Amino acid sequence: MEDYDIVLGARGDRRLMATDYIQRMIPDFMEFHGDRLYGDDRAVIAGIGTIGGLPVTVIGIEKGKTTAERIRRNFGSAHPEGYRKALRLMKQAAKFRRPVLCIVDTAGAFCGVDAEEHGQGRAIADNLWEMADLPTPILSLIIGEGGSGGALALCHSDRIWMLEDAYFSVVSPESCANILWKSTEKAAEAAKSLGLTAEKLHRAGLVDRICHGDERKKLAAEIAAELTRLRAVPQADLLEARYRRFRSVGC
Amino acid sequence: MDLRKLFLKANNEPEDSNPMVRSRYINCRGCGKKLSVARVRKNNFVCPECGRYMTVRARRRILMLTDKRSFTELDREMESRNILGFPEYEEKLAAAKEKSREREGVVCGTASIDGHRCAIFAMDANFMMGSMGSVVGEKITRLFEYATVRGLPVIGVTVSGGARMQEGMYSLLQMSKVSAAVRRHSNAGNLYVVLLTDPTTGGVDASFAMQGDITLAEPGARIGFAGPRVIEKSLKQALPKDFQRAERVLSCGFVDAIVPRSEQKAYLAKVLAIHEM
Repeated sequence: MEDYDIVLGARGDRRLMATDYIQRMIPDFMEFHGDRLYGDDRAVIAGIGTIGGLPVTVIGIEKGKTTAERIRRNFGSAHPEGYRKALRLMKQAAKFRRPVLCIVDTAGAFCGVDAEEHGQGRAIADNLWEMADLPTPILSLIIGEGGSGGALALCHSDRIWMLEDAYFSVVSPESCANILWKSTEKAAEAAKSLGLTAEKLHRAGLVDRICHGDERKKLAAEIAAELTRLRAVPQADLLEARYRRFRSVGC
Repeated sequence: MDLRKLFLKANNEPEDSNPMVRSRYINCRGCGKKLSVARVRKNNFVCPECGRYMTVRARRRILMLTDKRSFTELDREMESRNILGFPEYEEKLAAAKEKSREREGVVCGTASIDGHRCAIFAMDANFMMGSMGSVVGEKITRLFEYATVRGLPVIGVTVSGGARMQEGMYSLLQMSKVSAAVRRHSNAGNLYVVLLTDPTTGGVDASFAMQGDITLAEPGARIGFAGPRVIEKSLKQALPKDFQRAERVLSCGFVDAIVPRSEQKAYLAKVLAIHEM
């Protein structure tokens, strides 16, 4: 399969979405709303529950399946309020020494006047800043689209796992082709050059694990096992390892 | 040779030393008036006629903000390589080096400002629009680590179109890398002052540009996450007046103060002095 086909497939509306994973893996999930600053962003679903018996805080970006749902979810593009809700609950997780699971599926952070004026850049920067020092394990799972800064805002983690048919990219292949070659028709070439597939990112050491289709049933147990392992690591070591993980990227 | 390019370049970079381009006069891109380079330089690269802020190269920027002969550069030798084998990247790097006369898009080092020691970085708009690749991220990270060990404040001057596409995820993850180093510098009780200049956007806006203890901006600077054309095109939404301009970003609550170029050095000196007490 071509890299661009993976991108197109990752956008497919018949895929499992964040809520599907939450329902299957965290049957006792309780959703909590609001960023306590301005509003509640429906593109971000957040709350608590147990995964394989382990209490976790879950943050998911949800695109929605039906047209009505997609509109309500803003097609999975979060406003600053969504990132701030995520951050509020991540800090709460740290207070109770509860691991955090982020389920990422977004084309990118929302681009609009309100999003800008409510500080989209600042909201993402704050997540990176706080997650760098969040004293509890964080595992991010990319289930579809990992669109640039909007996805990265939930990926400053101890572990980044990707489904085999997901992608994670600095820019959408279409924008990349448009900016560099003034032609969206070269998107396939851009996709190939950007190195955005799970396989390529894993080979580059930027992603820790590829989750294959046939393993999905075991996914909850594996996430629980990994978070349990990480929870046993002394806090200072955990944060040092997280620092090193990103410190070593490039150069 | 493309004459139009030559003209634009001469307009853009009053201090260009290329003998082909060098001229004692430039035309302001704001008002179109013909100005002597000496006069523009004396006025801190602000048009003396219309007040337009012209682009300042990273090295010049550092000279303008720091004490004479106080700057010592760090990691000057670092250069990018085409880590993904991205098409045309080597050519773009070569062109950027020629245009900016820098090896990469950020200049880092230590200096003093009215006698106050600090670490300083300045990004360069002439190097691929100040885009952040692995080397830019690495140099800024190293500067923060250097400053953390020595207890130095960091002054950062940002200008950037965002993460550098040609390095794919390596670029995007620089946002995480730099953020983590800024956090450690902060945890150790050190000061970070950021000066946002035109334009500061994308991945830089969404990371270390927004992580300063004190956030300053140049008048009129564009500051934002998404480009205005992206927003206008995708939403067919009319943009408010001064959208993403420093003055409006300040009223939205994301900038501490707007500081004119002629006052920046004194302003920074005062901030540094208060933090030394």
